[in-house]
Amino acid sequence: MIEVRNLQKSFGANRVLDGVNFSIEKGQAVAIIGVSGGGKSVLLKHLIGLVTPDAGEVCIDGQNITGMDERELLKVRRKFGMLFQGAALFDSLNVEDNVGFLLRREGRTPAPEIARRVAEVLELIGLEGTQKKMPAELSGGMRKRVGLARAVVYRPEIVLYDEPTTGLDPIAADSIDQLISLVVETLHVTSVAVTHDMRSARHISQRILMLHEGRIYADQTPDEIFKSNDPVIHRFVNGIAEPIGRHSLV
Amino acid sequence: MTSLAKRVAREWLGGLGRAATLCWETAVSLATVKPVWRDVVYQMYYIGVKSQSVVIITGMFTGMVLCAQSYFQFHRVKMDTATLAVVAVAMCSELGPVLTGLMVAGRVGAAIAAEIGTMRVTEQIDALRTLAAHPVDYLVVPRFLAMFMAMPLLTAESIALGIGAAYLVATFLLGINASGDWHEMIHYTDIIDPLTGIIKTFLYGGVIGVVACYKGLNCPQGAEGVGRATTEAVVYSSIAILVSNFFLTMLLNTLLRR
Repeated sequence: MIEVRNLQKSFGANRVLDGVNFSIEKGQAVAIIGVSGGGKSVLLKHLIGLVTPDAGEVCIDGQNITGMDERELLKVRRKFGMLFQGAALFDSLNVEDNVGFLLRREGRTPAPEIARRVAEVLELIGLEGTQKKMPAELSGGMRKRVGLARAVVYRPEIVLYDEPTTGLDPIAADSIDQLISLVVETLHVTSVAVTHDMRSARHISQRILMLHEGRIYADQTPDEIFKSNDPVIHRFVNGIAEPIGRHSLV
Repeated sequence: MTSLAKRVAREWLGGLGRAATLCWETAVSLATVKPVWRDVVYQMYYIGVKSQSVVIITGMFTGMVLCAQSYFQFHRVKMDTATLAVVAVAMCSELGPVLTGLMVAGRVGAAIAAEIGTMRVTEQIDALRTLAAHPVDYLVVPRFLAMFMAMPLLTAESIALGIGAAYLVATFLLGINASGDWHEMIHYTDIIDPLTGIIKTFLYGGVIGVVACYKGLNCPQGAEGVGRATTEAVVYSSIAILVSNFFLTMLLNTLLRR
């Protein structure tokens, strides 16, 4: 279970998170939506201890991680898998070494077993036979899939997705959405995705949190969010910008 | 003006604090986490083998030019056979370690800062942390150990090549009596000279490794940030080598020549 209490974070004079509160039950699939630059990725990185808050708490299974040092956090992070916005594959390692990185690093799983699990998860994401390819040889969509494979190969309890469909064509984005849904269904993991792609948010989540002006503005099901008459939610969901006055161009 | 000075002082002290923290974390990792020797060997290959060309050229030509210049001065006072002794002492205790350090800082220090800096701006460092790998264990310690072990070997090679090249120049180009020159070199070169040089290189290796890793790990965002981190890694490690060289010379000579 993930619990966030009164989370605050500023970068200089810019207050990005201004008292964020929410909790996510085990096995839930949640999407966090909000405008670009609104602090969604910063919030996601707080959940795994990559960013230290100015105030507030993040509790994972009842354990407050905000005061932990890096070595204590490494143990907590073993529960997590994370897909980064740009996939963040290690340039110097091939696909097999990227996906099996944690298993190999831990040294508890025999090499043939790692190879078998990597092959299995690559088959699941439709990239069988790409083990020896380097990240530079992959397209954007393939890199995201490999990033997803790396995030789930060691069966984490919680998977975080940072803008999983950003920068992808609609078909590649849909395939990533399907894979995320497949991961939630087959591995029964808790899933938290940060996105501003409303189609993706509807597809991959059971619950949507909207981050607006540093706080959780809405916490509803996808259907409720899409049917909402609230002007802030309605404008965001339907992609309606504030009207620009003609005088501003003159 | 006062606020600018305060900001600069705060940034400088902050940087010093972060560098000290990195040194501490590296020491903790060395003491508590078993290094991955495969990574250390790869880094030694990258630092040692791939630096051969710069080390060979630097060592040989420094020895050769020092030999020629010393000969031109000594020849005036009929002390030709002292040439190789001067070259040997200078190469062993000062020029070998310092010039090798500067060349390695330029080649390897820049590469380390650029590689780690790029990993930082592309979120690969964050990815490492989410995969339960401490960046210090995975990135800093192998490079630090490799630098620590490769630098003395590279310096010894540079010194040997410098003296060898100087011997050839003295004998075949300048016409100095070979046996007399060799005898004088053995007579005037103390074991403390190469010892001083080799002790210095351990420190230089550590300095280059830590400064380059620190600059990479604290690299500002964007391509400009990586460029700046790379430049600063070379500049700061070079300055650290040059400044510490004076104090190390004084300290080691005081301690070893008692």
